[in-house]
Amino acid sequence: MEALGLLMQGFGVLLTWKILALMMVGLVLGIFVGVLPGLGGPNGVAILLPLTFTMDPTSAIVMLSCIYWGALFGGAITSILFNIPGEAWSVATTFDGYPMAQQGKAAEALTAAFTSSFIGSFAAVLLITFLAPAISSFALKFGPPEFFAVYLLTFCSFVGLGREDKHKTIISMSLGLLLAGIGLDTVSGQLRMTFGSSDLLRGVNFLVAVIGLFGISEILLTMEERLALRGHSAKISLRTVWSVWKDMPRYWVTLLRSSAIGCWLGITPGGAIAASFMGYNLAKRFSKDKESFGKGRIEGVFAPETAAHASGTAALLPMLALGIPGSGTAAILLGGLMVWGLNPGPLLFVEHKDFVWGLIASMYLGNIVGLILVLSTVPVFAAVLRVPFAAIAPMIVVSCAIGAFAIQNAMFDIWLMLLFGVIGYVFKKIGIPLAPLTLALVLGNRAEDAFRLSMIGAEGNLGVFWSNKLVGTITTLAIVLLFWPVIDRVIASFSKTRQPAQA
Amino acid sequence: MNYVTKTATAVAALLLSAPAIAAWEPTKPVEIVVAAGAGGASDQMARMMQAAIQKNNLMKQPMVVSLKGGASGAEALMYMKGNDGDANKVLIAYSLIYMLPLSAKIPFNWRELTPVSVVAMDQFVLWSNASKPYKNVKDFIEAAKTSGTPFKMGGTGSKREDQVLTVFTEKKTGAKFNYLPYKSGGEAATQLVGNHIDANVNNPSENLEVWRAGQVKALCVFDKERINYTTKVTETQSWKDIPTCKEEGLDVQYLMLRAMFLPGKVTDDQKAFYVDLFKKVTETPEYKDYMEKQALKPVYMTGEAMNKFLGEDDAVNTALMNEAGFVAK
Repeated sequence: MEALGLLMQGFGVLLTWKILALMMVGLVLGIFVGVLPGLGGPNGVAILLPLTFTMDPTSAIVMLSCIYWGALFGGAITSILFNIPGEAWSVATTFDGYPMAQQGKAAEALTAAFTSSFIGSFAAVLLITFLAPAISSFALKFGPPEFFAVYLLTFCSFVGLGREDKHKTIISMSLGLLLAGIGLDTVSGQLRMTFGSSDLLRGVNFLVAVIGLFGISEILLTMEERLALRGHSAKISLRTVWSVWKDMPRYWVTLLRSSAIGCWLGITPGGAIAASFMGYNLAKRFSKDKESFGKGRIEGVFAPETAAHASGTAALLPMLALGIPGSGTAAILLGGLMVWGLNPGPLLFVEHKDFVWGLIASMYLGNIVGLILVLSTVPVFAAVLRVPFAAIAPMIVVSCAIGAFAIQNAMFDIWLMLLFGVIGYVFKKIGIPLAPLTLALVLGNRAEDAFRLSMIGAEGNLGVFWSNKLVGTITTLAIVLLFWPVIDRVIASFSKTRQPAQA
Repeated sequence: MNYVTKTATAVAALLLSAPAIAAWEPTKPVEIVVAAGAGGASDQMARMMQAAIQKNNLMKQPMVVSLKGGASGAEALMYMKGNDGDANKVLIAYSLIYMLPLSAKIPFNWRELTPVSVVAMDQFVLWSNASKPYKNVKDFIEAAKTSGTPFKMGGTGSKREDQVLTVFTEKKTGAKFNYLPYKSGGEAATQLVGNHIDANVNNPSENLEVWRAGQVKALCVFDKERINYTTKVTETQSWKDIPTCKEEGLDVQYLMLRAMFLPGKVTDDQKAFYVDLFKKVTETPEYKDYMEKQALKPVYMTGEAMNKFLGEDDAVNTALMNEAGFVAK
């Protein structure tokens, strides 16, 4: 098989001490930028990109992709330890990861996150290796109606499968959609809800909102519950790693499902965020013990992390083959490739075979080296939680502020972050879930654009959402999921009324 | 020689030699501000400059690319405006600087910034999907006119150069298009390949890869003359083989500037440094290679020539925007 031969050749190029050393450096740097909330993947990679200009292309690409993997791994760390997601797709990891850390199981949660990211990425790399050409053409099937259908599916699965009260989910989601509307509207080219302020021009940045809603509000809550002010005792032992791994085969269905969801949504450009939420929601939906989700269940870490990383990795495929970056970090990586004259497009796989397969080989190696590297740091990171809260809280606030500022170099964003902190605190008190708001804030704009472009193209005919098999299936599935609780009840009552009749 | 003349000579000597010794130089990393998203034409150009400067050692300080494509690029404009006097930031500008303030009423005027140099002019090409039967502009327009639902034309952003070109194509031919504004030219390119739109008016760089792959067809270029690069890009065609739209009976022309600006209120020394820097950039092999690959017109202007050009270009763009009806009341 041609692909396999080329891949082996790629490994051959990579297996030198110099490249392996560069990999380690890239991974460590990546983890480091991934850990700083707000600085996160995209900014970190952007800062480190010029480092690679003086290297030869192979070394540069390996270093860049390892920074990317490192940032992906690192993003989970803050989500679990401090409830501050570094990337959009880490939000779902906080649902169970953070409670686990609170219960003194930070090491387990971190191990679970790293291992499942590895599994997810690995599944996606396998997919890329064997199905690259076929899959990149699948991404071309997505026009505005298809994109809208996918976003609708994500929103609907949230409402239909969520644990919280439906009306609270909808309130939270609507607020998110409203906030997403701030700024310049792509379709009409007009400003909306900016009230003459040039700070509002660029809209509400997702990361600023997330740092405030999750990170700052958490600190406010912890301050209120004085008991939590002392450090948590976290078990530190590499044995934890083994115990988590031993436990893992039990969740094979979840891992497999999340990998599949991740791969599927990852090749849909921009679907990585949706994947982590859907992975989580579906795991919850099919679990026998729904109540334990959100309270520190290890499956709740496996599900979104596997899906997020499968999609994060699969997203590299449309980036390479079509030039559409699936995430902010991938976008910077794209810029890096261009410096080398490697213009992503359909011919990249034909004309720069050696490069593409080298990159894919570096995905395998980078992932394996990365896993070993991050697992060995678990004790260190878990130990952070033993530091008394009173000492670490100011540091978290400062790093949140730096993160919020660094995204756009704007002082205004720090105030916005604090405001979101208060909003997050109030919402937690009155039991309004934060996740639908953040989801709507990320996808709201894209969903709106996709909907309006569909309408322009179809001259206002809603039938366009059922105009072919692909879009029709997704739209119908979305509506089924939205009304799932009702459908579930109807099915249940139907089988109940039938049973006595049979008896 | 008396004391006064002596002093005067000394002072004069000092004045003459001083700029040579103490010429201004950036003391921290220089930020090259891109008013568009990742992978777009501006981003690619910024990366090229970043690499050209670093590889040829044109500047001691490193250059970092900062993507400020929020609000269709308005983010970058407001960022430049808000950083008066900071000579460590340089904007890579395009026609957005004239059009966005008109269509979205953004409180920005390029005259508040410091023009450094025009580094290139960018072309626009009318593209369609390669699998479609029409071979030339005439067939395409005929198909658009007889189509049951109007053809879908994709482009970047709303009420900007791409939509202006669409409106003028409509006016000259009487065909009707539904214009679909995408977030980037790259997106418009893949949407055309996927047959979700019927045509787009992308810059050469934005459609280059899919053209080479034989997925799209170049119908005509919106310029007075053909693009002057004769190396084969696809298997059968070079840029020069694309006819002008005028040749094909569609009399619409538009060229877009690619120019460097510093924030307002910088000193003459600071401006001089960048004029010199970008002059050197345009002489690097990286730049020349980039111009040819992306089919850009290698135009270089600075000083008075640039100011005059900007004034005229602004007037042309404003007139187009007015005629298209895109100026916000």
